[in-house]
Amino acid sequence: MSRQRASHKEPVAVVGIGQTAHVSARHDVSIAGLVREAAQRALADAELTWADIDAVVIGKAPDFFEGVMMPELYLADALGAVGKPMLRVHTAGSVGGSTALVAANLIAARVHGTVLTLAFEKQSESNAMWGLSLPIPFQQPLLAGAGGFFAPHVRAYMRRTGAPDHIGSLVAYKDRRNALKNPYAHLKDPTLTLDKIQSSPMLWDPIRYAETCPSSDGACAMILTDRAGAARAPHPPAWVHGGAMRSEPTLFAGKDFVSPQAGKDCAADVYHQAGITDPRRQIDAVEMYVPFSWYEPMWLENLGFAAEGEGWKLTESGVTELDGDLPVNPSGGVLSTNPIGASGMIRFAEAALQVRGRAGAHQIPDARTALGHAYGGGSQFFAMWVVGAERPGG
Amino acid sequence: MPAQQTPALKAPLTVEFPFTRSLGPVQSAFLTGLRHRTLLGVRTISGQVLFPPTEYDPATADELRDLVEVAPTGTVTTWAWNPAPRPFQPLDTPFAWVLVKLDGADTAVLHALDAPGPEQLRSGMRVRVRWAQERTGAITDIACFEPYESDNDHQVGPHSGEFEDPVTLFTAPARLDYTYTPGRAPTDYLAALADHRIVGERCPSCRKVYVPPRGACPTCGIATAEQVEVGPRGTVTTFCIVNIKAKNLDIEVPYVYAHIALDGADLALHGRIAGIPYDQVRMGLRVEPVWSGDARYPDHYRPTGEPDADYDAFKELI
Repeated sequence: MSRQRASHKEPVAVVGIGQTAHVSARHDVSIAGLVREAAQRALADAELTWADIDAVVIGKAPDFFEGVMMPELYLADALGAVGKPMLRVHTAGSVGGSTALVAANLIAARVHGTVLTLAFEKQSESNAMWGLSLPIPFQQPLLAGAGGFFAPHVRAYMRRTGAPDHIGSLVAYKDRRNALKNPYAHLKDPTLTLDKIQSSPMLWDPIRYAETCPSSDGACAMILTDRAGAARAPHPPAWVHGGAMRSEPTLFAGKDFVSPQAGKDCAADVYHQAGITDPRRQIDAVEMYVPFSWYEPMWLENLGFAAEGEGWKLTESGVTELDGDLPVNPSGGVLSTNPIGASGMIRFAEAALQVRGRAGAHQIPDARTALGHAYGGGSQFFAMWVVGAERPGG
Repeated sequence: MPAQQTPALKAPLTVEFPFTRSLGPVQSAFLTGLRHRTLLGVRTISGQVLFPPTEYDPATADELRDLVEVAPTGTVTTWAWNPAPRPFQPLDTPFAWVLVKLDGADTAVLHALDAPGPEQLRSGMRVRVRWAQERTGAITDIACFEPYESDNDHQVGPHSGEFEDPVTLFTAPARLDYTYTPGRAPTDYLAALADHRIVGERCPSCRKVYVPPRGACPTCGIATAEQVEVGPRGTVTTFCIVNIKAKNLDIEVPYVYAHIALDGADLALHGRIAGIPYDQVRMGLRVEPVWSGDARYPDHYRPTGEPDADYDAFKELI
């Protein structure tokens, strides 16, 4: 998508968005039933039927997470894909974002007119931690468990920036309060206080229990279409102003886990496409992938919303609150809802909901431009899109 | 130092997990029906009967909920002889894999046919279900099919799909058996570890030293061969204090899990820090490995007593 003039490409519109109500276990539905629910809500939002869909692009977390090796085969009936092209995308935790971008590119390239894209995860049917820690012979086992992989990077951020200890708890408190306004969010505790978060057990010092993401069952779907499709849409669309993906090795000499180069490059590309030169001023709402609370200030710097070392100051001063001038994760974010395979697409969809003015109680007033962000695989894959209320190129 | 010629290592790797499956309404009725010797298919929008049933119409994508009961007798549509059954297959004596169209169904189900040999088999032969003695609500409640002459005069009837004791969830154990071969560079690395030496490899292009070595530089994309002994001393670049016990790890909490840049290495590896109270571990702490028994890796790292490394000296390695 990068570096080409927008006029060469078909403008891409998001005209339908659907999510399941995310919970810890959806024992009442099969995986097929779960994805179906999200897809039908997206079709209903767009006032379309299965017959209007030209192709289906789906994504899910790594295969061991659910033991479903070829979801594109198993789910073709449920997603109305029979007789149509169906693609599966796989980029670890960023998959929901990159899946949406593959679907958007099919529209932009005029391969298809209207595409259903969907991502899902049923964490209750497996154990993601098991899936991430297969006992590879001869290798030294990770000695730390899930959060132990991330906690040393958080400590490195704190050392590098001098951020005070309580920043992580502020992020968790904000995101969990935002989740109370989102009917689809998983964790909802109306009695939550900052003190409750700050007194929750320290699991992997410096990461507390209340600063970690939950394990959820859920799916998210979007209908993407071209200008003709957008003209027929019953509700205002979100227009894709830029989309970018970047990857880098999980481990290499010089890797900066606090602010990975691939994340910086991905942001620079997507801003360039969208004509954004000052993201802090030009972007009205951000949905970023924050699985542990401290990743909010880290990504604020990585994505260019703050200078290096200054991200935590935006969090501390309330800039990222729902009523701040750069709201981050108005939906409650990954900290409140985490069906891993779908988490990236939920970020992209929530960004689109904001610029469509259809985010309900967590709507940011007059949001015109929003960023959706996903990352995964030990900070290996990045996927981002900028969506706007106006069609790109006027 | 040239690369040593060590025989390549190999080891079995078994990946095994009991995945669970929530069934949803159609598969729940189907599997519960099997427990009650009731064979339930589903009627599509065009009127066809699918057995086994699906939740959604393969042609129209409509939701399907119109369950019908089909017969325990049917016709083989095609088959393949299996002379050497493998573990966990339906029968432990030679049998035929068959597609059977049950009377009343328009699609066939894959299952096993108990037959003395391939000579008796033909497409079009008549068979019936042999039920398992103990039925749990699983496809294995059909033990197999067996040859059985009968007329196909079954009229399908509607079925509510309701049972007193519905199966809503089942466990689907999955297992994959691999032979894992770590490759030349890790083999050399492990051979050196046996002598309590830690040997990395230097990239000929960027000159970075990788520990453990992978045999190629992930940044430059070229092979590495030059071996470089690093450590044994190193610097704690960052760490966390683990306060919850992880499964399969017999380590008393709290303990410190650290990234350690060994002297001469260009990226950190990980290890446990001991020999110092956990709350006194700090970035920059100088440490050395402590080996224990025949363990392949150092048991932990302990302070050397040297002054801490200056932050600027290791901040690029975090």
